Amino acid sequence: MTVFDIFTHQLVNGIVLGSFYALVALGYTMVFGVVKLLNFAHGDLYMVGGFAGFLILSVLAPFLGTGWLGVAISMLFAMLAVGFLGVVIQRVAYAPMLAAPRLSILITALAVSLVLQNAVLAMTKGQYQPFGANFGFGGVNLGNLFISYNQMVLVGTAGVLMLGLELFVSRTQYGRAMRAISVDKDMCRLMGINVNAVIAVTFFLGSALAAAAGTMAGAYYGSLWYFMGFLIGLKAFTAAVIGGIGSIPGAMLGGLILGLLESFGTQLPGVGSGWKDVFSFSVLILVLVFKPTGLLGKPEQERM
Amino acid sequence: MAALPQGATASAWGGLARLLDTPRKRGFAIAVVLTAMVVAPFMLGPYATVILTNALLYVVLALGLNIVVGYAGLLDLGFAAFFAVGAYTVGITTLHFGLNFWLALPLAIFFAIIAGVIIGTPTLRLRSDYLAIVTLGFGEIVRISARNLRETGGASGLIGIDSPWILGWHIETPLDFYFVFCVLAILAVLASARLVNSRLGRAWLYVRHDEDAAEAMGIDRVKVKLAAYIVGAIYGAIAGAFFAANLGAISPESFSFQQSVLILMAVILGGMGKIPGVVLGAFIVILAPELLRDVGDLRLLIFAVGLLLIMLFRPSGIWPAGGRK
Repeated sequence: MTVFDIFTHQLVNGIVLGSFYALVALGYTMVFGVVKLLNFAHGDLYMVGGFAGFLILSVLAPFLGTGWLGVAISMLFAMLAVGFLGVVIQRVAYAPMLAAPRLSILITALAVSLVLQNAVLAMTKGQYQPFGANFGFGGVNLGNLFISYNQMVLVGTAGVLMLGLELFVSRTQYGRAMRAISVDKDMCRLMGINVNAVIAVTFFLGSALAAAAGTMAGAYYGSLWYFMGFLIGLKAFTAAVIGGIGSIPGAMLGGLILGLLESFGTQLPGVGSGWKDVFSFSVLILVLVFKPTGLLGKPEQERM
Repeated sequence: MAALPQGATASAWGGLARLLDTPRKRGFAIAVVLTAMVVAPFMLGPYATVILTNALLYVVLALGLNIVVGYAGLLDLGFAAFFAVGAYTVGITTLHFGLNFWLALPLAIFFAIIAGVIIGTPTLRLRSDYLAIVTLGFGEIVRISARNLRETGGASGLIGIDSPWILGWHIETPLDFYFVFCVLAILAVLASARLVNSRLGRAWLYVRHDEDAAEAMGIDRVKVKLAAYIVGAIYGAIAGAFFAANLGAISPESFSFQQSVLILMAVILGGMGKIPGVVLGAFIVILAPELLRDVGDLRLLIFAVGLLLIMLFRPSGIWPAGGRK
């Protein structure tokens, strides 16, 4: 393989990885924008989404098969289910804490994350769960570069979901309310906006996107694990910070950048796949230290 | 701040608090605890001694994290990193460089301070939730580095770390280590009690309650937070050093995110910022799994749900709130 082949190959890998990161990062960024909460449980919603997609697929498989159609329909149901789970979590755990000190809210979010992780741990006995989607191995050859249909459909689906979210936020009344709340929640309340409903919608959308990513990741990589949300939660947060937390286009951009950085970074001499995560966390720390507002974020007034 | 469950539980705890409200009663309680510590291993047998040693290790770790979380109000999700720095420093210097444990111990503390400064200096200016995630990332960096480096023995870790001698006494058996950890835990409690009543301790509590007001009163918030970080790191390193000497073997998985979470649970369940609460929390975290052995995989779930319920209904922890603000 020539250097160019390696480059294009890693480019494709980076874009696929970046799509997952971007979908999960969107949920972080939306929730952060509206309630200023770092939802530690977000990565675990991705994991629960993967398992939900798997369970639904195993129910639907006799009717729809385990190909594209079956997985797509399962993904939609998983998005719905996890979206509601996100709203329930917000209502039960976060809503009572809104006035509490920030430390308490963070610990509560961590506790929710641990509850989700350990509930799935107890149900799966900590075993890997094969996903069992069946997409075939077709693809397109471009010179030495092979791009599978899987990868194309996955990136395409991620793109459609992100476009849909962008349209929702920029064109609908709820989207406008979300943007307004991220500027000044109390004023929105005075203007007659149903802030609680908008927060619920935000959690629903963010969780649903995480579930979409979880189902797709399960189908693409072929297995699920109760701890799979931990690392991607951390990575997606990194992506959200790179793009500028609170900014929706920023989360998409940050996801892609992180995906590419990782896939090229592991090719650097001395980095290697064992150091891949160290590489991403170092990027996170450097961005937070030198440009905490990220690429597309607005400078923050409040100091906490 | 009185979001306590009403009725019977509150009054029962109030009764407990009254048991400790005069210096004399407190002195009596301390005598009882000390006697129990000496007698316990002989009454309960070797297995219980090992478990109690582990609980005492967690007392030291949890008191260290309590300084960062409970006093200074900074959420640190990577505390196991300092624990790892202590353990690996002792492991590497005694195995590869033939250093005596008592020379390795100050080195472990030194490296933990360096680690605390490296991670603290750039990040303590950040928002508190960013800090939480950076410490998480830092904890993972340390664990992954330990996994990948040759000096740390990779995934299998280090084995054959010598147990130390002191004044001609070889600290060797589990019972010896039990008493060593008793001393460490007592020292940790005394140091915490002295610190929180010191000028620095008051600065921590002030910064936690109102950072801007504290700064307006002339407290350098970054310096004060960094001090909390460093003191916490020292606790972690000392615990790690004795942990390595006790087990004789260490591996990266002892310093995972779950480890950091377990230490954090000990701090929060008992009552962050309150020394008896944190000690209680450490014992709960270690002893509960022994009592709940039958439930197997549900154990961690029970802890997690407990943590959530504590945060929602009794954020000040199990131990009753003290009279002092």
